[in-house]
This record gives sequence, structure tokens and C-alpha cells, in this order.
Amino acid sequence: MVLFAIVAGTFTSCKPKKVGSLMAGDAAQKVYVAPGKFDEFYLFTSGGFSGQLGVYGLPSGRLLKNIPVFSQDPTTGWGYTEESKPMFNTSHGFVPWDDAHHPELSKTNGEDDGRWIFINGNNTPRIARIDLTSFRTVDIIEIPNAGGNHASPFCTENTEYVVGNSRFSVPLDGKDDVPVSTFKENFKGAATFIKVDPESGKMSVAFQIVVPGFNYDLAHAGKGVSHDWMFFTCYNTEQAHNLLEVNASQNDKDFVMAVNWKKAEELVAQGKGKKIPARYMHNMYDEKSHSATSTEEKEVTIIMAEDMPGLVYYIPCPKSPHGCDVSPDGKYMVASGKLAATIPVFAFDKMLKAIDSKAFEGKVSGIPVLKYDEVLAGEVPQTGLGPLHTEFDDKGFAYTSFFVSSEIVKWDLEKRVVVDRAPTYYSIGHLCVPGGDSRKPSGKYVVALNKITKDRYLPTGPELTQSAQLFDISGEKMTLLLDFPTIGEPHYAQAIAADKIVKNSRKFFKIEENVNPFAAKSEAEAKVVRKGNRVDVYMIAIRSHLNPDNIEGIKMGDEVYFHVTNLEQDWDVPHGFAVKGANNAELLIMPGETQTLKWIPNRVGMFPFYCTDFCSALHQEMQGYARVSPANSAIPLTFSGGATAAE
Amino acid sequence: MKTSSRNIVFLCTILMIGAFFFPFWKIILEAPQYPEGLEMKIWLYKITGDVDKINGLNHYIGMKLIHEDEFPEFKIMPWALGFLITFGLLSALLRKRALLWAWVSALVAAGGIAFVDFYQWLYDYGHNLNPHAAIKVPGMSYQPPMLGYKQLLNFLAGSFPDIGGYFVIIAAGGILTIAVYEQFYRKNK
Repeated sequence: MVLFAIVAGTFTSCKPKKVGSLMAGDAAQKVYVAPGKFDEFYLFTSGGFSGQLGVYGLPSGRLLKNIPVFSQDPTTGWGYTEESKPMFNTSHGFVPWDDAHHPELSKTNGEDDGRWIFINGNNTPRIARIDLTSFRTVDIIEIPNAGGNHASPFCTENTEYVVGNSRFSVPLDGKDDVPVSTFKENFKGAATFIKVDPESGKMSVAFQIVVPGFNYDLAHAGKGVSHDWMFFTCYNTEQAHNLLEVNASQNDKDFVMAVNWKKAEELVAQGKGKKIPARYMHNMYDEKSHSATSTEEKEVTIIMAEDMPGLVYYIPCPKSPHGCDVSPDGKYMVASGKLAATIPVFAFDKMLKAIDSKAFEGKVSGIPVLKYDEVLAGEVPQTGLGPLHTEFDDKGFAYTSFFVSSEIVKWDLEKRVVVDRAPTYYSIGHLCVPGGDSRKPSGKYVVALNKITKDRYLPTGPELTQSAQLFDISGEKMTLLLDFPTIGEPHYAQAIAADKIVKNSRKFFKIEENVNPFAAKSEAEAKVVRKGNRVDVYMIAIRSHLNPDNIEGIKMGDEVYFHVTNLEQDWDVPHGFAVKGANNAELLIMPGETQTLKWIPNRVGMFPFYCTDFCSALHQEMQGYARVSPANSAIPLTFSGGATAAE
Repeated sequence: MKTSSRNIVFLCTILMIGAFFFPFWKIILEAPQYPEGLEMKIWLYKITGDVDKINGLNHYIGMKLIHEDEFPEFKIMPWALGFLITFGLLSALLRKRALLWAWVSALVAAGGIAFVDFYQWLYDYGHNLNPHAAIKVPGMSYQPPMLGYKQLLNFLAGSFPDIGGYFVIIAAGGILTIAVYEQFYRKNK
């Protein structure tokens, strides 16, 4: 017994100490942004299953906005108003939610330019573009022939293209009623290149490269010397179609897929692509009519990778790689095998040489597989377990997240040795250095985007907050500065110097530019019009009244459209609009904007409506009534105006 | 009149032309919610600045809307200043001291009328309030100051000359100095 105690004691004292949390003594000072002062960076975090895009300030971690993108938002009316509903159209009909993974800032010469930010919808394959002057979603395009648009929406150096690719390879649309067991022969990936108009930002599917049916996970474009190439990671090269947990984890190496997009562009220009029927929706939101329009696209250009030598190559990569990240100078591709214990670093010039000398170890579905050692610059040894994603700083260091060992590892890109490591709480997924995937990274911070928070915050029942962590990377050692909660799951985030966005930020919409057909652009234009059982209310909102304010003569069976125009022309004076019993949402209308709420009264009675955004000293007085009478009543349609009544 | 005196009078007159190209007077408002301030610029012939925003706020206290068309002055003032400038050029050209004095008198008279008129407008806007206004503070009027700052409820109102105004003030000062110099000092030499 005594002996046991002694032995046990010895073992206990031998327990290796945990790496302590590296909190800097002056952490509070470093993240303190005094009241009224601005943060230095904007951080855009994907909302994951929330379908939205979070906006935070760095270094404070303060939440600034949750931009509605793929999910309906009753707070603002996004996806509920007549104007915004078309943004949710897909070939599957109205899809009011999605799983949003990767924000990607638009780039000029490889640098974040602050014009737009893109984010992918993984579930119903889509890409959204958000205008960073208004922080509004203005463009959503669906991707045909795809399943699980995960390797998306990474962009080329001048935002020539944003890409998408299937995490769940599927047969081409229309040829997909086949046995799942025919996976190897019928299921395909679709490396999709979406053209972005350099002026308007309007997206269009330029071409899809049909590639073998693997699970395409992430992507990044080349930079500088590697400008013409796009790199995708893929796993499940076993092409398993059941119990992937085991069956897709058998191969020692999966692949990085290198695509020469310049060549693809040329092939399409030479007419080498094939137009096939497809059905997908493209939805655009116009900030003059404050309305969205939805267009059905009917065909897409495809290129069969196996038929086009020199277009696509596979590079073996250990093991089920996730991140695929290109160094700021474009010379290295860092792939992270999420079940591996080393980080392979590939050299772009070696890749070109291997292609030239045909250093192939074989072919997969007719596509050459390059020899691992011929492309490899070197492996970073003794890293950790489960590398996921890498970004870079301005001093030649790379930062790789490790999901399994829950840490960030800092390593020297040229020497490929680990120089520092910091634990994260807990199980980091992606990480983000401001500009960290661009040509000009900032060397100030890295943000860890964690998957588990467990005991880090006050508990809130079974569902806990999601979280990010801010580390200072300006010194030799990474130091933890701040934990801050995020909305939804932050799969990935991008950060940009605030001044690149602030200077273009819109304050309100000019009323004279409002071309919404239902806008009432002055008090005098306020009116109520009946056409059959459709009642259109052209309403204005201005501090502090709604006009019309009392409406009588609405009957059961009517469909009422409240078209509310906010006449204010000043910053930060939104008005809200809500009517009792509305089955859809309320409205939040920015100055100069028109938004429409459809309302079908379900009973006879008196229905107050009012402004829901405390706008002024007389906000509480900003109200009116809609009287609903039986269908056969003879009450005429009348209305009164708040302004005229008061004067 | 000495040649140098004449040149100064001439320059001052030219300076006054500047008042056609810059606002004459400004009224500024600051409040807790408007740390950046609101500004109304009064020109010889128009009003610019945040007039719509100011009107929007004024309706709470029942102040009348400020509208360019309400002011016949905007039709008269350009002509009046035009006349004064022509008069000035003439007195510089003819180099008659009497003419100079006549002109100085006209300037002072015009200035005086302008200030009385300005005061009346301020009084009218500040006192002539809509009895149905939402905010009524017993005994409170909202007459902005003629010159300087004054606290009106949550707003700090300020009234100051703008660039055009300064041109005319400097020009008038210069001309008056020359007139006095010509009258009293030069004679003694």
C-alpha cells in the first residue's frame, strides 16, 4: 500500500506540465479601444450554420454588425420583404438558409481592396457578394453540377474569378438518378470559375472544369509567379461512398489539385468548352430600386479535365488535406493534411519543372499525378497533430492551426522549422492574419477561430457560445490577448485595415435616386390605392410620423402591401415598420430606401402599426391604425395623413 | 486723394466682389447627437448647408420651415452689393473725397439695414412658433444670436460671418480707414 502510494506519487510528479496560457501582462491595454475611438481592423467572420456574416472590430473584438446573407432575417426584413425575397431563389425554389463557410475579400494586385467580400453557401451551392460600401448582400449566384460548395469562394489576384468546387461530388445535373455504388464512374467534381465584373462586381459562371469525383475541400489562387494557377485540396481520393470516416481515410496521401486557369480561359475562348443545359439562379440586388431580381440561367460551359492535357495536375499530399495556402510571394503552396503530423511545403518552380520533365507517378482518371518528392520543397517536422490551415505574416513566418492538438504553430517559411507554439481554447479550425492570404499580410495579429469553447465563458445551457481568440504576433512569441464570442460558427474570417473601408462607407441612400416603383418620395405622394383585392399603401416615414397614418376600408380577403419609404436624408436615422399579427416580419428601412411588407389580415378588427426603431423624441407617437372590415362591407377606402392632421 | 489711397480703395472694392462667390454668413448648431455640428450658410442670393436637417429638427419646436423663396432679400442683395461696388469703383476713379464719404455712408447704411433685417428674421423664426408644436417650453423662445453663441435647449447655436462676409467687412474697414486718413491726416501734412 505504502509502496503503491510512493509509486503513484512518483508518477504524478512526473506528469509533464501543460504549456501555460501565454497571457501578456499588458493584454488588456493592447485590446482596449477607448470609448468613441475606432478599431484598427474590420474582421469578417463566417456565420457557419447561421448563414450570415459577422463584422467585428480588432483588436477590441467588439461586434459591429451581423450581415444577413443566406438566412432570412426578420429583424431587418431581409428575405421577407417583397424587394429582398428574390435573393433567396434557387433552382430548388426559395431556400431561406445556408451553411456559410469562407469569407473572401476582393483583391487588386493580390492585395485586399475593400470593395466586396464574398462568402460561400455550402449546402445549396451558392456564392454571395457583399458590397462593403453598404454592408449589404447584393449578388447571389447558384452553382450547377455541384454538391457542398466548400472549396469556395477564393479569388484570383485581381478578382478575375472566384471559385467553387464540390465537397460532395455528384453526377452532372440531369444524369444523377444513378446508384450511389457507381460513384467512381459517375460522380464528378466541378471546379467552377465565376467571373467577377471588374466594375460592377456582377458575377457569372464562366466555366466549370469537370474533375474526378473526390471531396474538394479548400482552395487558394497563386500569386505573382504562380498567378495563373488555382490550387484545390481534396480528400476521399479512395472515392468511397459509404462510411467515409474510415473508408476515406485509407490512402496515405490524397491530393492538391493544380489548375492552370489561364489555360482554361484560353480553351474556352477557343471554343473548346462544351455548352450543356443547366438550371441555376442568379439574384442581384439593386441599391437604386432597393429591389432584387432573379434570373434563371439555362446553360453552362464545361471543360472535361481528362480531355485537356496541361490543364490539371494532382500533387500527392498527406493525409486528407484541408487548407491549401499560397505564400505571399507565390513561391510555395502549403497544404495541411488534417490527419497528418507534418506540413508539406510545395515549391511552385519545382512543380513547373516536374510538369516539364513529366515526373509523373501515374494517372488518375486520365489526369497526371506528379511525384511527391519532385514537387516538395520540404516538410515541416515535429509540428503537431492535425494541421488545418495556414496564413502568413510580413516577416517570413507562417502560422498553422492544429485542430487535434488545439494550437497555433508558428514556423519559418524558408527554413521550415517550428519557432513557437501557442495553445488555443479549444480545437482551432481556421485562423486569420489580417491580409494573411494576400500579397501584403500585416504582422500584428492572428485570430484563432475555435470549434469548442466548453469552460471559457459563463455557461448558457447545452448550447454554448462560439468563439475567437486574438493573439499578438508582433514579437517573437505569440501572446494571447483576448477571447471574444462570435455569432454562429466562425469557420473562417478575413480582416482588413479599417481605413480601406471607412473611406467608402455609405451614410444613406439619396431619395432622388430611389427608383422603386412603389416609392412615395414626398409627403404629397403618400396614398392608398385599391386594385381588386390588392391594396397598395404608399407610405412615408419621417420624424416623427407615418403617412398615411389611419387607413379604413380594408376588407377580409385583401392583400395589403405596405410600401414604406424612409424620407430622412441623414446618417443613422432608420425607421422601422411593424403591424399587429404580421406573419412574416417587420421592416427596417434606411434613409432614402423603400421596403415592402405584404400583409394578409386574418380577421376583422383594428390593427395598430408603428415605427420599431426609436428614431426621435416623438418615436412613440409614430403610429397608425389599419381597420379591417368584413369582405361584404360597404366602407370606402379612406386614409389620413399624420403631417396634414398635425398642422 | 493720394494714388496709394485710391489703389487701396480700388483693391477693397475688388475684394467685395468676392462676396458673390462665397457664403456671407453662417449659423452653426451643435448638440449631443450632432457632435460634428449642423451648418447653414447664407449667401447673397441663396441658402446652403444642412437646411433640410435643421428644418426637420425645428419642426419639434414649431419653428417655420426655412425656405429660400421666403426671403425677398435674396433678390435685392446682389443688386445692392453690385451698386455699392460700382459706386466704389467710381469714387476710386474720380478720386473725389466727397464721393468717398458718400460711399462710406451708403456702406454703413446698407450694413445697418442688413443687420436690422437679419435681427427681424431671427426674431420672427425664434418667436413665431406653431402653437401645435410637440415641444413647448413655457417662456422659451428660440431666437438665434446675431453674433456669437447661445444655448437653445439641447442645441448650442452660433452665428458668425463667413468668408464672403469677412471680405466685405475687411473692405469696408479698409475704405473707412482711407476716408478718415484722407480727411484728417493728409490735410495736416
